[in-house]
Amino acid sequence: MNKVGIIGYGITPFTKEDKKIESVLLDSAKELFKNNQKINRDDVDAVLVSTNNNSKYLSPILSEMVGIQPKIAHSIENLCNSGTNSIVSAYSYIASGMADLVLVTGAERYDSPGSILEWDNSRGEYKHPIFWASIFAKSYKREFSISDEQLALVSVKNHKQAKENPNALSNKTYTIEDVMNSKKLTEDLRLLDCSRPCTGSSSIILGSEEKVKELSENPVWITGIGQKTTSAGFTKNTSFSSMESTRQACETALKMSKKNIKNIDVVEIHDAFSVCEPMALESLGFIKEGYGMNMIKELHSTDNFKINPRGGLIGCGHPLGATGIAQTIEITQQLQSNASKRQVDDANIGLIHNMSAAATSSTVLVLEK
Amino acid sequence: MSFEIKLNDGIFCIPECNECKKIVWPPAEFCNHCFGIVSLKEGDFEAKIIEFSSKNEQYFCIVEFEKTFRIIATIFKTPNIGQSVKISKCGISNGNYFFVVI
Repeated sequence: MNKVGIIGYGITPFTKEDKKIESVLLDSAKELFKNNQKINRDDVDAVLVSTNNNSKYLSPILSEMVGIQPKIAHSIENLCNSGTNSIVSAYSYIASGMADLVLVTGAERYDSPGSILEWDNSRGEYKHPIFWASIFAKSYKREFSISDEQLALVSVKNHKQAKENPNALSNKTYTIEDVMNSKKLTEDLRLLDCSRPCTGSSSIILGSEEKVKELSENPVWITGIGQKTTSAGFTKNTSFSSMESTRQACETALKMSKKNIKNIDVVEIHDAFSVCEPMALESLGFIKEGYGMNMIKELHSTDNFKINPRGGLIGCGHPLGATGIAQTIEITQQLQSNASKRQVDDANIGLIHNMSAAATSSTVLVLEK
Repeated sequence: MSFEIKLNDGIFCIPECNECKKIVWPPAEFCNHCFGIVSLKEGDFEAKIIEFSSKNEQYFCIVEFEKTFRIIATIFKTPNIGQSVKISKCGISNGNYFFVVI
């Protein structure tokens, strides 16, 4: 397999703006080409669009808007992990030799239809994500004797970190009391425990080894990929206090990169809801089951940005199709020592965790300098 | 007769493969194991509560049937983990399935 690296990226602030999806897509793609003027757009072999938006033919539309006539152009939808799925597809095109340069752009509007999986009728009338998240929270708290106040720290930490991210939806900090006093959505979930749907766009361009060496002075390589789908329906999860697809995806990604979890310096976690962060940390193998909040407390108290430096989904907002790409951009910036006040010391190896529909599917990527 | 037609009439059925006898959930015409034809079992099925939470004082819970498949249902009284329940009401409303257990 050919080596695949990241050449450049473009990202714009996540907002609540009411804009056409085509304009949202263009925002970050335009930014990418402005920031990477050495890239000749005629050399882009493939344009992949990650979105849950129902608009048609978005990849050819984006290609036309940025003046590219690619060999390959199509959209990819896989709910919340559409972004990393698109990056995996781009990787595959390059690794197989079908393409040398692939643009991946993710975009979503605040009113994305991707928030609800209509097909999952086993959820009855409880199809909104707050219901699976409440079940996760209740189950996690019960199994490991964790309180609502303890879980609230995830939101406090991630909003604090998002404050250093100019592209984040949130620029406010909150206390545990603020989280506890925010609107109670269910018995186990408050408003500030949740990531918010928003309008946002992020673009990344991947290349073959030859292209990366030609076009990037500070290359970052994708060295590990793991994916796992255990089901589509939430009620088929074998556990509601851990993430089996995440565990398996991480195992595959680490094996491919010939690394172990202790080698990872900086991490993007899919914290769609506060309980997801400790659950994911445990399922990825950073800490044993039930101790995720101890790790989060320690990192927060020492202002260590190792987990979710950009502020996670809770702090940044969650434009579904753009999220996995934005997470990958953050890890790229970290490995390039280009993350400003969010910079984690000695970041050489990073990991991205992106998942869909209550962790029924997960993608894990390992990136290295 | 399809699962949805029965459900719309307020009857909860368990879909089972005629060939391999596997419960096929979510309901489908064909078995996802052997592709055999699936038929519907009617009955007063018992389920166990696996987990629950509540919204606006209304409880919702995950219940498991025949140690095989699960649904999310409404329950009006305070639930307990492991509690045995039965479907008291079900149907389709605005395109969504709904289940109530007691």
